[in-house]
Amino acid sequence: MSNAQIEIQLIAALAAMACAIPGVFLVLRKMAMISDAISHSILPGLVVGFFITQDLNSPWLILLAAVTGVLTVVLVEFIQKTRLVKEDTAIGLVFPALFSVGVILIAQNANDVHLDIDAVLLGELAFAPFDRLLVGDIDLGPKSLWVIGCILFMSLSLLILFFKELKMSTFDKGLATSLGFSPLLIHYGLMSVSSVTIVGAFDAVGAVLVVALIIAPAATAYLLTNSLKKMLILSLLFGVFSALVGYWLAHWLDASIAGSMTSVLGILFLLVFMFAPRQGVISAIFKEKQQRKEVSLLIFLLHLQNHEDPLERHINHLQEHINWHRIQAKTVVDLAKKNNLIEIENQVINLSDKGLQFTEEALKYITTNKPTAIEDLKNKFFLFRG
Amino acid sequence: MRNEKLAIKIDDLTVAYDYKPVLWDIDLKIPEGVLMAIVGPNGAGKSTLIKAILGIIKPIAGSVKIFGKPYKAQRAKVAYVPQKGTVDWDFPTTALDVVMMGTYGSLGWIKRPGQAQRKSALEALEKVGMLAFKNRQISQLSGGQQQRIFLARALVQNASIYFMDEPFQGVDATTERAIIKILKELRDAGKTLIVVHHDLQTVPEYFNWVTFLNVKRIASGPVKDIFNDDNLTKTYGINYKVAINP
Ligand SMILES: Nc1ncnc2c1ncn2[C@@H]1O[C@H](COP(=O)(O)OP(=O)(O)OP(=O)(O)O)[C@@H](O)[C@H]1O
Ligand SMILES: [Mg+2]
Repeated sequence: MSNAQIEIQLIAALAAMACAIPGVFLVLRKMAMISDAISHSILPGLVVGFFITQDLNSPWLILLAAVTGVLTVVLVEFIQKTRLVKEDTAIGLVFPALFSVGVILIAQNANDVHLDIDAVLLGELAFAPFDRLLVGDIDLGPKSLWVIGCILFMSLSLLILFFKELKMSTFDKGLATSLGFSPLLIHYGLMSVSSVTIVGAFDAVGAVLVVALIIAPAATAYLLTNSLKKMLILSLLFGVFSALVGYWLAHWLDASIAGSMTSVLGILFLLVFMFAPRQGVISAIFKEKQQRKEVSLLIFLLHLQNHEDPLERHINHLQEHINWHRIQAKTVVDLAKKNNLIEIENQVINLSDKGLQFTEEALKYITTNKPTAIEDLKNKFFLFRG
Repeated sequence: MRNEKLAIKIDDLTVAYDYKPVLWDIDLKIPEGVLMAIVGPNGAGKSTLIKAILGIIKPIAGSVKIFGKPYKAQRAKVAYVPQKGTVDWDFPTTALDVVMMGTYGSLGWIKRPGQAQRKSALEALEKVGMLAFKNRQISQLSGGQQQRIFLARALVQNASIYFMDEPFQGVDATTERAIIKILKELRDAGKTLIVVHHDLQTVPEYFNWVTFLNVKRIASGPVKDIFNDDNLTKTYGINYKVAINP
């Protein structure tokens, strides 16, 4: 690996971490889209800041742009409070307006401003190592590495200091207020950190990737854990993982780094969404199938209990009687047999003692309207689940 | 009036939503150390009264004093269990974690909860019979269990005044007994408890103080003196006959 390659990966990984921290709280507060609004509407702040400082990496420029970001949030909330429109509409009203102000400012001063809108939206990580921080003659590394590093340090410190406050005011604003904490202060603190992070990161990685880096790792981690701390750690890991994998993917495919990082983030989310053990789609489908099979089993057993006549309990008759497909009937009979709930003699099905007991208890719960108790009953009687 | 310290003193309180008054000119004195029920029909303004006392809703007139001072100065002394928690149920947090949040007030900014806070949270969970569920994500608890978690959270706040908006809603009979036992213990330890309660039959058994509310304050005082058909009829509008054991 060349020096530049290492530097690019370092910048990408630090940017991913810096974005993941506010990202977790934005996702939990159901405010993920506000990051999109901020990332677009800081453009006028950047342009005005650039007029003043003439330096794209000046801390003042970052601060000015971040103020525009917070202003976006205030505007969105103001419009929302009028109750005339919903939050997403308010976001949709504010950020294009601010973004276009930025575009007009650039267009009118095209000769003075070396700001390229494409670069703003997509960023170009590959060029990041060329812009170096020099003190006298000493080369301290890429400027954006320093910018991102400082921002990450800041948000990490704030997170550790105010973890408890952030957690409580995100979870229960009412309690936070009544215990004398100020959720409003924390809200605007979080918005400020988000804005600073977005401004700092998007110079290196572009607006689109910034939004992806904020939302995707947190949304992915959210599917996997019940603990806020674990969610934060997972988000950081997912962010770094997609930064590194995305970088090498871009390298092999000769594609845009930001683009392939975004793709990795998307694929990662999709995989977790499908296969997550508790909330995943696959496990949900599996559970539903199990439920359906077990309900069928219950109906089947109740039918057996209800009908004395051996003819009614003949395997062939059952099929037409309960009106099930051959396959379904077979799986249900197999499941009942596996659990020793039935005995089959000369193709006539009888409830076993255990089956009889189970059916009676299940019936008791059904008639007393306590269907939830059936789950416990299943655990007691079943060796194999559906 | 007995010569007792007042936990809460409300004068001429009027509260409105969108300029429609839902509480009219309320005067109320609640002595320290009572277990008080607030009774009244749906929409009487019971929840609103509590919210106004706690400054969650701004009244359009009147004043509220808690131990002689405004609520803002007394926040640390007050715990509140809302009627329906407006929390994010899908938040990645466990029952124990939620109860621990009750201790944050005594910690103040930045300081983190430690072993002492954890211990008192576990004790509170034990008291409400939820210790076995301490590591459950809160959305995976039943309604009554969630209610008990919020009760435990109020307990660890170690307040002087507790407000509980229908704590028995959706709670089974055994749990209700267990909770009322805890509340009585708190009262006997000198705490003041204000509980919105709907089951009129159990008022004399559970509480020693009662306030009848229906937009206006109908009556307020010791259960044995004022919990009678007359006040019930005034509050609920229909003829009430409740068998009260003296
Ligand atoms: N946010 C609100 N905006 C407008 N009106 C409200 C609001 N909340 C409550 N109200 C109205 O104020 C009145 C009092 O409501 P409140 O919730 O205090 O009643 P309650 O006595 O607690 O009733 P319940 O027994 O049903 O809990 C009701 O008429 C209700 O419709
Ligand atoms: Mg109410």
